[in-house]
Amino acid sequence: MSDLLELTAARAAAAIERGEVGAEELFAFYRERAQRDAGASGDGLNCFTWVADGPADTPSPGWGKEPGGAAGGPLLGVPLAVKDLFCTKGVPSQSGSRILEGYRPPYTASAVGKLTGAGATLLAKTNQDEFAMGSSTENSAYGPTLNPWDRARVPGGSSGGSAAAVAAGLAPWALGTDTGGSIRQPAALCGIVGLKPTYGSVSRYGMIAFASSLDQAGPLTRDVTDAALMLRHMVGRDGCDATSLQFPHEVELPRGERLDGVRLGVPAELTGEGIEAGVLSAFRAALERAEELGAELHEIALPHAPHGLSAYYVLAPAEASSNLARFDGVRYGARAQDATDLLDMYTRTRHDGFGAEVKRRIMLGTYALSSGYYDAYYGRAQRVRTKIAEDFATAFAAVDLIVTPTAPTVAFKLGEKTGDPLSMYLNDYCTVPMSLAGIPAISIPCGLSEGLPVGLQLAGPAFSESRMLDAAYALETALQFDGSGAYA
Amino acid sequence: MARLARLQLGEQELEPMARELSAVLDHIAKIAELDLEGVAPTSHVVELTGALRADEPRPSLEREIALAQAPAVDDDGFAVPSPQA
Repeated sequence: MSDLLELTAARAAAAIERGEVGAEELFAFYRERAQRDAGASGDGLNCFTWVADGPADTPSPGWGKEPGGAAGGPLLGVPLAVKDLFCTKGVPSQSGSRILEGYRPPYTASAVGKLTGAGATLLAKTNQDEFAMGSSTENSAYGPTLNPWDRARVPGGSSGGSAAAVAAGLAPWALGTDTGGSIRQPAALCGIVGLKPTYGSVSRYGMIAFASSLDQAGPLTRDVTDAALMLRHMVGRDGCDATSLQFPHEVELPRGERLDGVRLGVPAELTGEGIEAGVLSAFRAALERAEELGAELHEIALPHAPHGLSAYYVLAPAEASSNLARFDGVRYGARAQDATDLLDMYTRTRHDGFGAEVKRRIMLGTYALSSGYYDAYYGRAQRVRTKIAEDFATAFAAVDLIVTPTAPTVAFKLGEKTGDPLSMYLNDYCTVPMSLAGIPAISIPCGLSEGLPVGLQLAGPAFSESRMLDAAYALETALQFDGSGAYA
Repeated sequence: MARLARLQLGEQELEPMARELSAVLDHIAKIAELDLEGVAPTSHVVELTGALRADEPRPSLEREIALAQAPAVDDDGFAVPSPQA
């Protein structure tokens, strides 16, 4: 294995600072790897929808004219892969959809601008489920991404391109988004680390919206330290996103290898029925390691968590049906030709431009919000959301962090669940409750089942990221998961 | 419903769409069993007050940049078909 490939993003930045590695050399190394995957068509993993020619392609932040990629910042030119749905000025940003084919935004998303402002350079845009709707990256208009552990299997989704790229060593780290599990679940299925921050801690400005009250940007990385490093440079109040909040303190890099006195809550509802046996046994083995490190395990109850999925699949489609109204063929993207009138242009543009899953969710959301059904679906789902948040608040009075498997199964086969939307939705069973409550959660690889990675999820109260990262780091150090088997 | 959502669905799309949505709605219907009397709805997890900024004029995207990605442009604006055929 190449020396450069062995470097995590944090170690690469340190090596550049010490003058042992050149930023241009590192970029060229990853550009060649990413380009080879992108150029391999059927033989690659299909992680990318665009690959940069050089560090100079890094877009300027916001819609200003100043150049991007300040290589002198603390990230020192470490290349970054970015999920397609982040707007990047002058660079294709299509959210995995035919309706945005070729769209090059006039501005850059705040989360991307903050990272490039800190010195990261844009390496590539990554494949995803269309408008982040999916758990397998099979819903992309640009073809599915394959899992580097087994190419007959999905990488998870919707940030599947980002997860597969990091797992295969085609990018040092990547940016994703999580609405109901779209960072954590693909991280679990690809054997890497994925962090969904506290809702509001990272600006959503310039993210092509799916469900605005749930969408959060976050890191997909090889290890916990890289996740902390990326998060440190992403958080903060942004005048362009009224729901963004000031993070209460600087995100610290994790340290400490013990869990003495840390109270871990194990919710019966998310650690039993519906979870595959191999996943459960890897999860339980990791809990034993946690105990050896000094953690206390507590059984807790999250009685409304099993209803999270139902509430989520009302609320997220409802918000999506409203957010996706903007794709009408007027201002950007594709337009159906030869329309007879304006309404015909709208409906045909949306018929041609949206894939099956996006249409399904728009229909579901429109139904849930329609007169006569609003109270039974949307109104009730909002109340279930309150109960789920209350469950977490009660639990965190007794424990510091909550642990669950990240996904109920290991990576499944391509095509296995595309014919049955409900079985696809069940992938989000363990991740959706945290999304509804707006709390942070991280997935770390905790072992293998049938030769495929299993993810362990740690969740904490709002803004407890530093404590959560410390615990994840201690577990990561003890578990010594080896992800190098997935390198391309 | 498709008309409300401004979606045209082909004949072949209608039957699977109806079947799949029914399955999802049956699953969702389980929340009808919960006692949610007196529970306040959550539309957003972030408690925000006074998130308004000062209403001051400032530069925005230039017209030609805003129009650059449009499928059709006419008279310095977005061109669309007539609302009436």
